[in-house]
Amino acid sequence: MRLPLHWLGVAPFFIFALMFLILPTFYLVVGAFQNDQGQFTLENIASLFQPSILAAYWISIKVSFASAILGALIGIAISIAIVRGGLPRWVRSATMTFSGVASNFAGVPLAFAFLATLGRLGLVTILLRDVLGINIYALGFNILSFWGLTLTYLFFQIPLMVVIITPAIDGLKKEWGEAASTLGATQFQYWRMVAIPVLWPSFLGTVILLFANAFGAIATAYALTGSSLNIVPILLYAQIRGDVLHNPHLGYALAFGMIFITGLANIFYIWFRTRSERWLK
Amino acid sequence: MKVSRFWAWATFIVGAAYFFIPLIATLEFSLRMRRGEYSFDAYRVVLGDIRFQETFGYSVIIACFTIVLGVVLVVPTAYWIRLRMPHLRPVVEFITLLPLIIPAIVIVFGYIRMYGSNSPIPFLGSTRGTDVLLIIGYATLALPYMYRAVDTGLRTIDVRTLTEAAQVHGAGWTTIIARIILPNVLIAVLSGAFLTFAIVIGEFTMASLLNRPAFGPYLQNIGANRAYEPAALAVIAFAITWGCMSVIQVLSRFAPKSANNPN
Repeated sequence: MRLPLHWLGVAPFFIFALMFLILPTFYLVVGAFQNDQGQFTLENIASLFQPSILAAYWISIKVSFASAILGALIGIAISIAIVRGGLPRWVRSATMTFSGVASNFAGVPLAFAFLATLGRLGLVTILLRDVLGINIYALGFNILSFWGLTLTYLFFQIPLMVVIITPAIDGLKKEWGEAASTLGATQFQYWRMVAIPVLWPSFLGTVILLFANAFGAIATAYALTGSSLNIVPILLYAQIRGDVLHNPHLGYALAFGMIFITGLANIFYIWFRTRSERWLK
Repeated sequence: MKVSRFWAWATFIVGAAYFFIPLIATLEFSLRMRRGEYSFDAYRVVLGDIRFQETFGYSVIIACFTIVLGVVLVVPTAYWIRLRMPHLRPVVEFITLLPLIIPAIVIVFGYIRMYGSNSPIPFLGSTRGTDVLLIIGYATLALPYMYRAVDTGLRTIDVRTLTEAAQVHGAGWTTIIARIILPNVLIAVLSGAFLTFAIVIGEFTMASLLNRPAFGPYLQNIGANRAYEPAALAVIAFAITWGCMSVIQVLSRFAPKSANNPN
């Protein structure tokens, strides 16, 4: 009879997780498969495939994907530069400190910063127009667009990549490079046959984490674009506030769709991470 | 194998430009309120705004309660898992990662449906109750960071020996956790606390959907209605984030580096 006492130590945590994390999510997931009378139905899920909702998912996926891939590539380039580029030590520590700050600088203030930079009256917009004679808004650029949002998201995506991937780059052992060059490998062969295969799982895993990170984000987009850019979290936000879809159960289905996509992404992430940890011991 | 130094510098400088230009632009924009000259007018307006003071104060209080709840929830759990139930570690770790999988907007949507004023547990029936639910929501958002910080801290101390030594002297569980374990992982707990603060202080989604007068919804409201004040607020918010991260950096210098207990 020792078991119950044992469990008492972790009971508060599990009760908390159940009440405030698992059951609320479960409630929405069940609701997504019910109609107003509480009967099982796939109708709500099917309604997700109407053009306006599909378009919202599609733009969300595009922005998240673009900002994850670009963030990951630029982030890893910066990581390699500061770890392997023979730069002074302060460059590395300054970059790591700044990345810690910038990866947490998201939400509404980030939107303000980019409006002040690339909005119609932003510093860069005006400098480009007055000094170089390039009117980016006349050329079709708009901060309230796919590229505007992606460019803004990169401000937290790149630093997050740097924070996560730098330990993995550190984990590339010197001996591997030396062994490769002793065996006559060129720089290119070393990267292609040693470094990239070792880094690949953590790279891919982090891309997925960045994707989920952008996919669930709402505050930046909402402050930046109001509701003019119809991404899924903004649509869900409007639905919760005022049932804009005129069907509460469709709101549940919308939430279910979001969990489904980020959940799928994270299953891949966990899988890749366990694979990459084998190398980084 | 080295990357050429030229490309390393080029990458670093381009990256630095991308990150510093928006910050400089925001700073410059925030000083432009008075026509024809730079001034701190926007800051004066913002800091003097009673709504700023109220919402900021509210969010600071909510953040403090969130930190307390996070610590009370995470420290005993992480300790107990390490001491007695290591087989549950994967389960607990998975749960602490859930808030990264389930977006905040979905969690709060669930709360609104489950804890409405007609439900068995009507958190949303009163203002106090809604505040409590907001604190709970923030504690779940901060859970991944708090748990990792505390667990890393526990790794550097010998949990088993400390516990046995305390028990020999007749200490109960509350004493052990509050007076032996907590002080030993205090630096890790403080790192988690400041990270929590940075996340919570300007959070928008949960506060807005629960209709609480927090700093995040205030920021959004100012952004929709004013020109120069948002830039000043962005500079202030950046300074707060920077401050929290700097404290964490400084704290990490005091943290014990080597693990004397390899599990």
